[in-house]
Amino acid sequence: MPSVTELMQLLTPTGHRITVASRARTPEPDAPPAAPPDRPADTPPTPGRPTPGRPTPGHPKAGPDAGPPSGELTAVDIDLPAYVADLTDDELFGLYRDMVLVRRMDEEATSLQRQGELGLWASLRGQEAAQVGSGRALGPDDMAFPSYREHGVAWCRGVDPAAVLAIFRGVNLGGWDPATHGFALYSIVVGSQTLHAAGYAMGMTWDRSAGAAIVYFGDGASSEGDVNEAFGWASVFSVPLVFFCQNNQWAISEPTRRQSRTEIFHRAAGFGFPSVRVDGNDVLACLAVSRWALAIARAGRGPVLVEAVTYRMGAHTTADDPTRYRSPVELEVWRRRDPLDRMRAHLAARGLLGEERDRHLALEADTFAHELRARCTAMLDPDPTSLFDHVQVTENGLVAEQRSAFAATLDPGDGGTDDRLDREDRPGTGDRPGTEDRLGVRNGLGVKGGLVAGETHVPGETQLPGEAW
Amino acid sequence: MTSGAVITGEQPAEVGGERTGEPATPVPITLAKALNLGLRSAMAADPKVIVMGEDVGTLGGVFRVTDGLQKEFGEARVIDTPLAESAIIGTAIGLAMRGYRPVCEIQFDGFVYPAFDQIVSQLAKLHYRSGGRIRLPVTIRIPFGGGIGAVEHHSESPEAYFCHTAGLKVVACSHPVDAHQMIQQAIRSDDPVIFLEPKRRYWEKAVVDPRPLGEVSPDGTTGLHSSAVVRAGTDATLVGYGPTVRTCLDAAEVSAADDGRSLEVVDLRSLSPLDLEPVLASVRRTGRLVVVHEAPSNVSVSAEVAARVAEQAFYSLEAPVLRVTGFDTPYPPARLEDHYLPDVDRILDAVDRSFGY
Ligand SMILES: Cc1ncc(C[n+]2csc(CCOP(=O)(O)OP(=O)(O)O)c2C)c(N)n1
Ligand SMILES: [Mg+2]
Repeated sequence: MPSVTELMQLLTPTGHRITVASRARTPEPDAPPAAPPDRPADTPPTPGRPTPGRPTPGHPKAGPDAGPPSGELTAVDIDLPAYVADLTDDELFGLYRDMVLVRRMDEEATSLQRQGELGLWASLRGQEAAQVGSGRALGPDDMAFPSYREHGVAWCRGVDPAAVLAIFRGVNLGGWDPATHGFALYSIVVGSQTLHAAGYAMGMTWDRSAGAAIVYFGDGASSEGDVNEAFGWASVFSVPLVFFCQNNQWAISEPTRRQSRTEIFHRAAGFGFPSVRVDGNDVLACLAVSRWALAIARAGRGPVLVEAVTYRMGAHTTADDPTRYRSPVELEVWRRRDPLDRMRAHLAARGLLGEERDRHLALEADTFAHELRARCTAMLDPDPTSLFDHVQVTENGLVAEQRSAFAATLDPGDGGTDDRLDREDRPGTGDRPGTEDRLGVRNGLGVKGGLVAGETHVPGETQLPGEAW
Repeated sequence: MTSGAVITGEQPAEVGGERTGEPATPVPITLAKALNLGLRSAMAADPKVIVMGEDVGTLGGVFRVTDGLQKEFGEARVIDTPLAESAIIGTAIGLAMRGYRPVCEIQFDGFVYPAFDQIVSQLAKLHYRSGGRIRLPVTIRIPFGGGIGAVEHHSESPEAYFCHTAGLKVVACSHPVDAHQMIQQAIRSDDPVIFLEPKRRYWEKAVVDPRPLGEVSPDGTTGLHSSAVVRAGTDATLVGYGPTVRTCLDAAEVSAADDGRSLEVVDLRSLSPLDLEPVLASVRRTGRLVVVHEAPSNVSVSAEVAARVAEQAFYSLEAPVLRVTGFDTPYPPARLEDHYLPDVDRILDAVDRSFGY
């Protein structure tokens, strides 16, 4: 069986060396965070970050307390393998299972869109490792801020995949509770979520939260003012925030070089915080780097930028035609770096992917996709009068007037006011507490943090004995 | 200009004849294509005209309105910009100060807000601040409105924000013939123009005279800031703009067939400044007015129209000015948008109510 170090080398292809930007230019690590405006006078200013919620696995020298290194560090220098040394065989398999199921969800959603069941779909194909690797690095106290493509992170945070589909079906605008899942709503206005994350993380400091925030954005988003403002803000207030940029090479039709003349991860240096570039198609490397970055954030040492180099294998969305702007040759190059194939090869080399286990996972994915499809197609349109709900917390007279005038025009069968009481029982229009397991497939066991062992769950089938795997 | 060669289309030419375009080719083209032809003519006529925006070059824009322009005019004049709306408008201001005429595309209505400061505090005010020394002939094209089943932020109607801002002109096209002319007129304007394109009407076709504006008439056949009666009628007046002009025409059709009513339809075309003469003239004849738009009603274009008509044609009104608009809620999820958008039924209900007074 290969050692963990060999494992990292195996999974890190040449040309995508993991490097760490110089931390010599980073600010004082323990700069005190700003006091909240309403902090009681007797509360001392927080000198640094509280004890991390989860012990940093592995090598002590690799932790955030290591002295500031100079120059560009390699993966070996920051000892990334130490950050994944604690993984059991089942957890390793679990990462693969996550990626398989998330890809399957993506494929099912794409076909549902083609059949008119979804209005649109933004595929994550090719980015499974970046999302599962970082998503599984998060703990229950952490908060993730997604863009609109983070279906894999949603999965890791225990969000019902049907709730994700509901948004793209046009049934609602955000069907999960951010606080329950530690997963904010999708943010379509590119880059906007980075500022929300910076503010949230600032509050985490003031509240002495054991967690950190992570915010997902793309190579294209890195050009937005909001993102650059978030970099500066997070840096000067030293907030516990990991900026996780999935550089998937494209922003619709524009290549990354239209957004940035330098590597995206190099930008952090100018703002005064550390950054790392990671092979985004290597799930273990992404997990390790995210754990490393989160540990720095949780320890009160301020933000970190992670650039995960990956590729958007599909169209921008189902409305896009990528043949107009990129070559099949490029696609082929990246197909050979497929994150699932790579993890599969690694598991096989370690003897963790027996025929039986593989067969069982395939069966689980089939069942999962089948149930997801059924739940998606069964989703009813929301009650029409619900469009007047929650415009604001307090009653608004104008909206109330419009609601009653509108309700009066509805036929009873139209889902008018008569149906309103039933609305909560309509299937699949959101994920409410206790609904995570409706799929029969457990995504993170319905919890929002940490790794899961890779047992597969197929309803109606008894679990296979461990040794058969 | 060889537009005849690139025009394709199978549908018959639109009948109706209210529009002013003289068909020079019998082949109908889409509104998107009409804009494309107008942009080409404007670029060919003036080397200072440049097109900039996200995905406007290689891709030709997400709605293909700029299709082929980069091939024809090069990367220096058709610029795929970084993903930064504030920068698109801010740099357009700088380019305009150097004598360029930037035509900026904002990919969707909901993404104009990151550029809000550059539009309302910079673009709109520099002429005033400079005592007239600075002119900023910037056109900002924005596909607007709903009805395409899109995800959030892709169906908004932000016009009122811009109409409320002194220094900006705001126009909305509703028909391929107008789209072709108005985009060229907007680009010629020495004032900044917010140019709203009804995205759910991009695929509607009509026969368009493809000749550049300068050849047809030096000032265009209809001024950029005149409204137009697009269907004559005697019993009540409907006013719409952008996507709701078609809805109003459909409503007039149904009303004539079902109720025997003759509804006049006015296309506002220009939202700021407003040209209310045709509306007032119409109301003086019909006595009844219904204003229709997708944007919410609160402090909206219809509010302005209603106020001014009440001021200037009070004794002609047989009924209060009524409005059919989007609700004062955020734009709802796609599965509910048909309830949100003004449709023929809601317009005719309002017409009935007007007759009930
Ligand atoms: C402020 C804003 N401008 C434009 C858009 C339209 N748009 C949606 S996604 C996208 C490209 C985003 O690229 P990137 O940040 O690299 O993320 P990716 O789609 O590759 O995941 C654009 C231009 C938007 N959603 N928000
Ligand atoms: Mg991208």
